[in-house]
Amino acid sequence: MTETFYEVLRRQGITRRSFLKFCSLTATSLGLGSAAAPRIAHALETKARTPVIWLHGLECTCCSESFIRSAHPLTKDVVLSMLSLDYDDTLMAAAGHQAEAIIEEVKKKYKGNYIVAVEGNPPLNEDGMFCIHGGRPFVEVLKETCADAKAIISWGACASYGCVQAAKPNPTRATPVHKVISGKPIINVPGCPPIAEVMTGVVTYMLTFDRIPELDRQGRPKMFYGQRIHDKCYRRGHFDAGQFAEAWDDEGSRKGHCLYKMGCKGPTTYNACSSMRWNGGVSWPVQSGHGCIGCSEEGFWDKGSFYDRVTDIKQFGVEANADTIGKAAAGTVGAAIAAHAAVSALARARNSNSHGQPEKEGENQ
Amino acid sequence: MAAYETQGFKLDNSGKRVVVDPVCRIEGHLRVEVNLDDKNVIRNAVSTGTMWRGLEVILKGRDPRDAWAFTERICGVCTGTHALTSVRAVEDALKIQIPENANSIRNIMQLNLQVHDHLVHFYHLHALDWVDVVSALKADPKATSALAQSISSWPLSSPGYFRDIQNRLKKFVESGQLGPFMNGYWGNPAYKLPPEANLMAVAHYLEALDFQKEIVKVHTIFGGKNPHPNWLVGGVPCAINMEGAGAVGAVNMERLNLVKSIIDRSIEFTEQVYIPDLIAIAKFYKGWLHGGGLSSKNVMSYGDIPDKANDYSAGNLLLPRGAIINGDLSKVHEIDLKDPEQIQEYVNHSWYKYPDESKGLHPFDGVTEPSFVLGPNTKGSKTNIKELDEGGKYSWIKAPRWRGHAMEVGPLARYIIGYAQNNPEFKEPVDALLKELDVPVTALFSTLGRTAARGLECQWAGRKMSYFFDKLMTNLKAGDLNTANIEKWEPSTWPKEAMGAGFTEAPRGALGHWIRIKDTKIDNYQCVVPTTWNGGPRDHKGQIGAFEAALMDTPVAKADEPLEILRTLHSFDPCLACSTHVMSPDGQEMTSVKVR
Repeated sequence: MTETFYEVLRRQGITRRSFLKFCSLTATSLGLGSAAAPRIAHALETKARTPVIWLHGLECTCCSESFIRSAHPLTKDVVLSMLSLDYDDTLMAAAGHQAEAIIEEVKKKYKGNYIVAVEGNPPLNEDGMFCIHGGRPFVEVLKETCADAKAIISWGACASYGCVQAAKPNPTRATPVHKVISGKPIINVPGCPPIAEVMTGVVTYMLTFDRIPELDRQGRPKMFYGQRIHDKCYRRGHFDAGQFAEAWDDEGSRKGHCLYKMGCKGPTTYNACSSMRWNGGVSWPVQSGHGCIGCSEEGFWDKGSFYDRVTDIKQFGVEANADTIGKAAAGTVGAAIAAHAAVSALARARNSNSHGQPEKEGENQ
Repeated sequence: MAAYETQGFKLDNSGKRVVVDPVCRIEGHLRVEVNLDDKNVIRNAVSTGTMWRGLEVILKGRDPRDAWAFTERICGVCTGTHALTSVRAVEDALKIQIPENANSIRNIMQLNLQVHDHLVHFYHLHALDWVDVVSALKADPKATSALAQSISSWPLSSPGYFRDIQNRLKKFVESGQLGPFMNGYWGNPAYKLPPEANLMAVAHYLEALDFQKEIVKVHTIFGGKNPHPNWLVGGVPCAINMEGAGAVGAVNMERLNLVKSIIDRSIEFTEQVYIPDLIAIAKFYKGWLHGGGLSSKNVMSYGDIPDKANDYSAGNLLLPRGAIINGDLSKVHEIDLKDPEQIQEYVNHSWYKYPDESKGLHPFDGVTEPSFVLGPNTKGSKTNIKELDEGGKYSWIKAPRWRGHAMEVGPLARYIIGYAQNNPEFKEPVDALLKELDVPVTALFSTLGRTAARGLECQWAGRKMSYFFDKLMTNLKAGDLNTANIEKWEPSTWPKEAMGAGFTEAPRGALGHWIRIKDTKIDNYQCVVPTTWNGGPRDHKGQIGAFEAALMDTPVAKADEPLEILRTLHSFDPCLACSTHVMSPDGQEMTSVKVR
C-alpha cells in the first residue's frame, strides 16, 4: 500500500515504456526539454506521497462520504497509494493529542509541500466557538494549518460558498474558506456534495501534473464546472421540443420529459452531473425524476423554492428565455479570467525554470 | 460537587482528568473529558458537543416542501433519514397520504441507509478500536486463511490473498508514511485479537471500503445521487413506467433489476463478511463487557418501516416502538411525540438559555437562545479551553428527557425493546448470538452488545429490503404504478395553520422532527435527534446522558491512550452535526447572536 506513484501506475497496467513516454511528454509540456525527462521519472519513481491534512469545520460529512464512493480511482488506492492522508478526523485511528500532534509534525516536516483539504467552514460569530477544535476556535486551527500548505482544496458547497449553515440569516456567520485564508492557491470544488470522481479527479490531477487545474472566476476547476447541467442534459431534446413534466407522476414524468417546469435548476447550474452522472454513472438527479436543485451554485439555498421555475416563462419561447438565463450565467464565467498565475504557481514554486500551460481561454464559452 | 450519585452511578471528579478532543472517527465534533481514579478506572465522564449550525433558524419562513433538502444536510453520513423524517412531518401536518409504491421505495431507501451506515461504521469508524493493524504484520497468511474459511464461505480467503494484503501492508508501514493509521494505539494491551484475526479484519476493512459504494446505488436509482438523494412531499420523485413509450426515462425493469442485484449483493456481503467478522472479534472480547451505561436501564425507540403506507401506529411498524424505564423489561411504554409531558429538552448544562431553566420544553414549544457561558471552574480561557466545568454549561447539545428520564437510543435500544416484546425477528437472532458466544443475556448491556446489535440489524435490514422489493413488484404487477399524491401539492390547498410530527429510526436511533406551518410557510421547526439523546449533557437534576453513563466505571489500560474511551463512544456511532441544532419558537430572529 505504500507504492510510489510509479508503482501505482505499473500496477494499473501502465508499461515502463508508457511511463517513460509520459515523463517525456510532461517534461516537454512544462517547457523543460527532453533532458529533464529522466529527472521527472526519477522523482515519480521515488518521491514520497504528498501529505494531505483534511480538516472539518461546520459541515455534515457528506463530502467525505462522497469521496469514499469514488469508483475510479478506488478510494483505497487514493488514500493508501497516491497521497498520504495523514490527518482526517473522519477516518484516522488516532484521537485527541495524538491526532493534534500529527498536524504539527506534517507542518514541520513537509513545510510548503502538503495539501490542506477543507470540508465545512469556520463560523466567525461567538469568537469562533460555534465550532470548537481541541478547545479552540476551528478558524484558528484552519489558519495555522493552512499557513505552510502548498495548496488548499475547499471541498463542497460549505467550504466553497458557505452552504446550508450560511443560508439566511446565517446565525453563526459561517464563512467560506477563501474569505479567511489568503496568499495560497485555493481550489473550490462545490456541490452538496461534489461528485466522488470529480473529487478524486481534482486530487489526482494535482498529483499527476503537480499544479492546480485551470479555474474559473469562482475558483472552480473548469474541467468539471465549465458547462451547464442543461447543456449536457439527456432530456434537453424534450426541452427543445416543448415536452415537459407538468406535475409529479404525470404522463410527462413517466416518459422522462423535461423537468424545467418542476423547478429544475439545470439551466443555471454549472456542474458535471449530466455528463459524468453519480455513483459510478448509475444515474443523476434529473434521470431519477427530480429537478436539479443547483447545489454547486453559490447561495443556492436562498434563490427561492426548489420547485419555483428559474423564471416565469410561457411554454413557447422557452428556448429563448432559458438561453437568456444561461447566457447571463455563462457570461460570468466567460468574462472570467482563469487564475492562470495560480494554475502554474505550484510548478513554478518547485522549479524556477518551468512555466505553465499555454492559455486556453474561451474554448468553452 | 466533587462526588454525587445519579442513576446508579457514583460520579467523582477528583481524580486525574483526561481530555480527548477531537474524538475522531465520528461525524462532527465531539470532546470528552473523564476523571480516572488511582486504578485508572473512569469515575466521571463529560460529553461535549462542540459545534452548532442553527439550521432550524434558517428554515423559518421557507416553503415546507423544501424542508427535506435543508434537514437532509444536517447529516451526510445518515443521509436521507432527516429528509424522510421531514417529509413525514409535513405530510402529518397537511394530512397527505402517500401511495403504496412510495412507501415501499422509501422503506427500501431507509433500510439501504441502515445497511450502508452500519457496515461503514463497523469497518471504517469502529474496527480500529478492536483491531490492531500493526499486529497483522505478524500473522501467518496460511493460518489467516484457515481462520477465514472456518467462519465463512466468502471466496476471497486463500493464503495467497492474505499474503498479498500483508505484503502491501508491510510496504506501507515500512514507508514511514502511515496516513490514517499514524499515531494509532498499536500494541496497546486493550487489543485482544491474535495477528491472524487482525490480518483478516484489515483485508475486510479494504474490501468493505470498495463494496460500500455499491450499496448506495439504490439511492442513486430512486433519488438521483448519494449522498443526499432527492425526496418529495407526497411520495417519491421517481416515476415508474414498466412498458409504455418513454419507459427508459423512468424507473423500469432494468432499473429494478439493478436494485434487486444490489440488494442481493448487500445481503451476501453482510452475511458472509460482516456477521462472521463480528462474531470472530466478539469471541476474543467477550470478557470485556464494559460500557453498558443506560442500556440496562432506559432505552427508547420511535419505531420505523411502516409495512402499509400511512399507518404509523406501533402495530404497523417493523422496527419496534416503545420505551423501557428502570430496567423493567416486562413493560414497554407507549410513546407519543405530540404529548407535551413526554419529550422535553433541558438546557441547564447546555450553551443555551431558557426564561425558566427549572423546566424542560416540548419541541413544539422549544426555545433556543445560544448562551456560550463557561462554568467558574473551567481551566483555560473562553477560546482556549483546557478543562471544562461540568458544574456549569458545557455542551452545544441540549439534554432531552422522556418523562424525565435520560434514554439510550440506537440499534441496541431497538433490539432490547424487540426482545422485551418477544418479537421473534429480534429475539431469535439475539438468542442465537448469545448462545454462540456462550454469554448470558446481560452481556447485551455493553459496548460489545451495542456493536453486535448493529450488526444484527444490518442483516435484518438487508432482508427487509428484499421484502419491500417483492412488495413493490407485487403492486406493480397488480397495475398500480403511482408514486406521488399531488392533491395537496399546491400551497393554496393548505389550511392557514397546521402542525405535525414525523419520525424515523435513523441508524443511530430515534429521530423526530416537529413542524408548525403558518400561511404556507414554516413558522417553527425542531429536530430532536439520536445523538442529542445519547450525547447530551447533564440535566437540571444532574442526571447524566448515555455517552457519559457508558464511560462510567471502565478501566483504562493506559491513561495517555484513550482506546477504551474511543471504543465505547464509537459503539454509539456518534453523529454530532445531527445533535446540535436550534429553533426559535415564535419565529423571532436570533437576537442574542452577535453579528459583527
